[in-house]
Amino acid sequence: MTATAEMIVPSFDDDVETDRTLAIICSKGSLDMAYPGLILGNAALGEGVDVHLFFTFWGFDMITKGRMEHLKFSPVGNPAAHMPAALAPLPGMTSMATHMMNKSLEELDIPPVPEFLELLKASGAKLWACRLSADMNHVDESDLFDDLDGIINASDFIELTEGAQLLFI
Amino acid sequence: MATTVINGKELVVDDEGFMTEYDQWDENIGQELATAIGVDMTDDHWKVIRFLREDFQAKGETPTIRRVSTAGGVDTKTLFRLFPKKPAKKMSYIAGLPKPHGCV
Repeated sequence: MTATAEMIVPSFDDDVETDRTLAIICSKGSLDMAYPGLILGNAALGEGVDVHLFFTFWGFDMITKGRMEHLKFSPVGNPAAHMPAALAPLPGMTSMATHMMNKSLEELDIPPVPEFLELLKASGAKLWACRLSADMNHVDESDLFDDLDGIINASDFIELTEGAQLLFI
Repeated sequence: MATTVINGKELVVDDEGFMTEYDQWDENIGQELATAIGVDMTDDHWKVIRFLREDFQAKGETPTIRRVSTAGGVDTKTLFRLFPKKPAKKMSYIAGLPKPHGCV
């Protein structure tokens, strides 16, 4: 025990202009691959980091109204599902695995994807939809999560995130 | 572990300055902690801090931002406005609690 007359005050880096930006490219549409980007983005926002998420290819499902609430976790071809490979493709396995994963998330109070996106927005994240994915899926803004910042192309995203740290998921 | 003196009381804190003894805290100390990190306390701030204290006592851990918004009734946007940049850490510091462990 050391007694100090000086008050020890943690540094919250308020006076540091770090300009730290994290760019996360979400390219997967399965339940298990949707969460890493959301969770890391949320953690970064809580640390005062600017966060941009770009939803592209299968990751487009995460922001598509008709699909965002129904992402699936499939044990097929996934050794980390810890299931005998021959059982994984049986009928009902994917819905069972999805149900179990959703339950675990819920128990930990981790919100479903649409609510998670709202949380990210409220924390200051920028959410971008990929132009090419929108064209491939024949959708426009009305089919996508309401609070998106826009539909942009890959070059726009690269330009927006100049100097950012980048995660491709 | 170190100790620091606030309002004439000797308090146990961790290396960063977060208080580690729940019962050593009172609202006067919370006020001093807030001043030390440049947070101007209003009724809205106190509502959050009181929720943190109660929830910690009930659950044994510091609530996360999400829990403060779902169970404490103060939404995320407001928390970022009240405790800019690093709300989870700032509010737990002022409340004399450890930083939250939860990811979300």
